[in-house]
Amino acid sequence: MSEPPVTEAAPPPPGQGSTEVVPPAGDTIAETLREALRNWVARLRSGELGALPIFVGLAGLALLFGSLDENFYTERNFVNLLLQTAGIATIAMGVVFVLLIAEIDLSVGFVSGVGAVIMTLLLRPAETDWPWWAAIAVALATTSAIGLLHGLIITKARVPSFVVTLAGLLTWSGVVLILTTQASSSGTIRIQDDVVLGIANDYLPDVWGWLLLVGILTAYGALELAKVRARKRRDVSSRPLVLIALQLVAIAVIGALAVWYANKDRGVPVVAVIVGSLYVFWTFIANRTRFGRHVYAVGGSAEAARRAGINVDRVRIAVFMIAGFMAGVGGIILASRLRSVDPGTGGGPLLLNAIAAAVIGGTSLFGGHGRVLSALLGAAVIGTVANGMDLLNLASGYKLVITGGVLLAAVLVDAFAKRARAASGVA
Amino acid sequence: MAETNPTLALRGVSKRFGAVQALYRVDFDVRSGEVMALVGDNGAGKSTLIKGIAGIHAFDEGEIQFEGRSVTIHGPRDAAALGIEVVYQDLALADNLDVVANMYLGRELAPRIVLDEPTMEGACRSTLDSLSVTSLRSVRQAVAGLSGGQRQAVAVAKAVMWNSKVVILDEPTAALGVAQTRQVLDLVRRLGDRGLGVVIISHNLHDIFEVADRITVLRLGQNVAVFDRATTSQEDVVHAITAGQLKHVPGMAEELTA
Repeated sequence: MSEPPVTEAAPPPPGQGSTEVVPPAGDTIAETLREALRNWVARLRSGELGALPIFVGLAGLALLFGSLDENFYTERNFVNLLLQTAGIATIAMGVVFVLLIAEIDLSVGFVSGVGAVIMTLLLRPAETDWPWWAAIAVALATTSAIGLLHGLIITKARVPSFVVTLAGLLTWSGVVLILTTQASSSGTIRIQDDVVLGIANDYLPDVWGWLLLVGILTAYGALELAKVRARKRRDVSSRPLVLIALQLVAIAVIGALAVWYANKDRGVPVVAVIVGSLYVFWTFIANRTRFGRHVYAVGGSAEAARRAGINVDRVRIAVFMIAGFMAGVGGIILASRLRSVDPGTGGGPLLLNAIAAAVIGGTSLFGGHGRVLSALLGAAVIGTVANGMDLLNLASGYKLVITGGVLLAAVLVDAFAKRARAASGVA
Repeated sequence: MAETNPTLALRGVSKRFGAVQALYRVDFDVRSGEVMALVGDNGAGKSTLIKGIAGIHAFDEGEIQFEGRSVTIHGPRDAAALGIEVVYQDLALADNLDVVANMYLGRELAPRIVLDEPTMEGACRSTLDSLSVTSLRSVRQAVAGLSGGQRQAVAVAKAVMWNSKVVILDEPTAALGVAQTRQVLDLVRRLGDRGLGVVIISHNLHDIFEVADRITVLRLGQNVAVFDRATTSQEDVVHAITAGQLKHVPGMAEELTA
């Protein structure tokens, strides 16, 4: 009774800056730079495109709009682009979690509106005059509670999330309308709190921008080194230090360019720091915690998760609460940027843009596949299209048509990549 | 080995679903280091029996003894706490997760909130190595990319990783080709050699005669025979499956005999 010989575990090439003992059967984590590169090419060939199509698409869009309008590349427009993208990116992060468990939330647009309106109403100096932190806390608690309500109905009554959140879309749009029109005859309520206005309209002093970059690089490097050390202690393979160093250099160069360019204009927007922090936080939750693992498991196979003793309903409810919470944060960012709320807050193409951002960024609609990063990348694509079209003075109808085309292209790329994956046996 | 006390023993267990008497006063046992096959035609009660052991549903009557003590199993967690693991036919693996994540699913190591990936990865690696599962390219590979035999191996490794004492395998070779069936049967044999009590359900008598030490035959919810593999033939087992002597004739009011 002999086992068939090991077929695929080729020994890593010697040398190449790694002295680590390789575990018997080898691992996909590349030990050397050359191997890392080879793995990457192999992944591309087999249809694991990762974020590559989006970066290519973004570069293409930037080249296109840059050649059509000389204002596209200006530092002022770069900062504007960051500001325009922030709200959608924030809401889309919540949508990513919902898509990961193979559900959908159609209500995030108007839930963000509810959050913005509640905060604004509580801030009115003549009436309630709450401090900014209390108003924001109550607004976010409300949108999280709305997510809780959706999640409870979906799991306990076993109604599809599509229907529950569709009902939510109608309901919460009505609530926005009622609240705004009751508060003022025109329906428009201005935000007068400086802190809240500062969220989307303030910028870091130049020095702080640079300090932030240095802090990010230090933290990232320290974390990666700690990871390598922990893996070596357990004698499992770890990433080559050269690769980590290269990554740090790449982040440093791109980061420095971004900070330098932003500082030439008004500086690094405060909202970019907020969105960046949320991205780091949710990526940590998704990749490094038990809860995150369970989210992926529920999306991959709810039955396997249930048999493994995971409380699937609780995971689902928590995910809808995350969607509600992030919708609230996004709504506050958008309201701060517009300096007011009105009966249309949370409406328009916001919902579809948020879902499209998650999907364009590479999160699967069928659950289990995706990253928080895809929300940022997808929002950047949508923001770039909108920004470029605005510069060209095209009617907003064209904006929607082009955004639709980009979404379709993203889904097609994914579909073809999936076919390649199936052909190479990885799907 | 043959005379050691059974690790797991069922004494006179019955289960009824409405009008259907799925199990009737079944005795069953498995010793450590032994591969016990559970065979029977469709509807003989094999699945009901293992679901009762696994805590999916409780038996109506009868006793479960584990390592000589009488125990009650109210749910899958009770079974797992005793050291009973079941590998179901559909394996219940999440395709999108890698081998490590699947083997630790629901029991992830996360001291101080953060998942301890290096420790989990090392433990999975050594469990797979100890079972001589060498065909996996990497434990960080998504399960979606594995062959049927490799998936079965992962599911089995997942079951034995938790200091389990009894592993129940439901039709582990049902969907596999010849070479992969070979690998899985070797694996089953090694589980027994490691000192675990192994229960294997299969329709394939050829497979069973290759790995099993003893064979329990169920027919119409009753056990009709327990064979020693070394002293029996496939014909005997087939005869027991199709025409084994029933203690209790179906259709008679079991309330009278119960």
